[in-house]
Amino acid sequence: MTMPFYVAPEQVMKDRAEYAQKGIARGRSLVACVYDDGILVVAENPSRSLHKVSEIYDRIAFAGVGKYNEFDQLRVAGVRHADTKGFAFSREDVDARSLANLYAQFLGQVFTHEMKPLEVEILVAELGVDGKRDQLYHIAYEGTITDEDRFAVLGGETETISDRVAESFRDGWALDAALRAAVTALAGPDRTLEPADLEVAVLSRANGRRAFRRLGHEELAELLSGKRRSGTRASRAGSGGAASPQTDDGGPLRSE
Amino acid sequence: MGLPLFPPGDDPGPSFAALIRQSDPTRPLLPSVDATRAMPAVAHGTTVVALRFADGVVMAGDRRATEGNIIAHRAMEKVFPADRHSAVAIAGAAGPAVEMVKLFQTQLEHYEKVEGVALSLEGKANQLGQMVREHLPMAMQGLVVVPLFAGFDLRLGEGRIFTYDVTGGHFEEADHAATGSGGRDARTTIKLGWRTDLSRDEGIELAVRALYEAADEDSATGGPDLVRGIFPVVATVTAQGYERQADADVAHAFTSLVERRSLGRGITGGGP
Repeated sequence: MTMPFYVAPEQVMKDRAEYAQKGIARGRSLVACVYDDGILVVAENPSRSLHKVSEIYDRIAFAGVGKYNEFDQLRVAGVRHADTKGFAFSREDVDARSLANLYAQFLGQVFTHEMKPLEVEILVAELGVDGKRDQLYHIAYEGTITDEDRFAVLGGETETISDRVAESFRDGWALDAALRAAVTALAGPDRTLEPADLEVAVLSRANGRRAFRRLGHEELAELLSGKRRSGTRASRAGSGGAASPQTDDGGPLRSE
Repeated sequence: MGLPLFPPGDDPGPSFAALIRQSDPTRPLLPSVDATRAMPAVAHGTTVVALRFADGVVMAGDRRATEGNIIAHRAMEKVFPADRHSAVAIAGAAGPAVEMVKLFQTQLEHYEKVEGVALSLEGKANQLGQMVREHLPMAMQGLVVVPLFAGFDLRLGEGRIFTYDVTGGHFEEADHAATGSGGRDARTTIKLGWRTDLSRDEGIELAVRALYEAADEDSATGGPDLVRGIFPVVATVTAQGYERQADADVAHAFTSLVERRSLGRGITGGGP
């Protein structure tokens, strides 16, 4: 029988962190920021069907970077948590803070107790309504949770991208300005990103009950070139969700 | 409540009902009662109709709920959006019916979010059928729930209507359908007025007329309540999605119908 070698706990944690960071840095980064009408999430993602950004609930969106299967499992768990809670209580009782805490606990648990940490970094974004601020919860692979109310950057070279976003960030800017700044920050000085390289979604107050909407390539091209200034979907009156069955139509989960 | 994660073998998939069963098997999804006791009186909803027009479907329902010979509610809603491109209307025991609609709405949205695409219209109709079927033991106790489902099929580009029986069997109707206690009168009215090329306004007018005739013959169906200003719910589903008609428009449709009828001293005749 072989005796296991003693490894200092500091070393174990360091190794795991390094492992997770390496896995995350291999993928591409993602930028989320608030704009005048909601929250914009821009990911570098050439795939049209394997999404990094998704809808969780009426005003909550999810975004992940790193290993797809790992953050997608977390996304589905988030949808399940939110739908169960909304069904048992009321739609208004579903909030991003409690979901972000659950994610943080789970990631922390896996990081300390499992062999392999999850190689993911996730974002839970909540659109503020009734005077509340928009909120971005950024959760790292080891369960560290930070809340931002301006912008968040996930993925590999976050520091340089963060600096670029911070430089161009303006309070209350329009969707097109925010999108151009986010895309420029993701691309850096040496590259240009085309609409086909991007996955973009918004949580917008103009969308009614279900605030989440993906922006199609055509719309992206128009916004990036300045032909269009904001999202165009006609606004619909949303009741915010009644206690009994909803009586408004909600929103679609499709790009237009 | 922790994060709902499941090992691959026990994963409930995109079904919300399966998720609830998996997380808490003891929790009933829909109201249930002890089968050995006699049922107390519960509120029942009455007449709902659906008909196809050129661009989609119209769905309408009266607002009355009755407990035996008592009017339990005057302003109950029986027509709901199931999701963006479909609508569900309910007749029968009000409590379980409204709960079923809530479950159905959550189920469709849950599937759409987990899978990233919405169910086909056929798939939605089938889902609702399964819910009605699971409710069969309660139906045997007198809590019958009979929904009507209609939507715009984005793949075929046309409106479609499905009716149900208590066993969950669902049947696609060609052009129109009505159910509930006044369903028979409503159906006859629609049958006499329906054409293949109805416009949106004509479709709404016909649905309104059908509810009026049903209320005229069936005591459990509420007509337009001119005193309180309560009018039936009328909604359309087209390629643009579910749209509930403004109360003012429905009120106008009813008041003009009432005016025409009072001129002829209640004689119905064929057309509007």
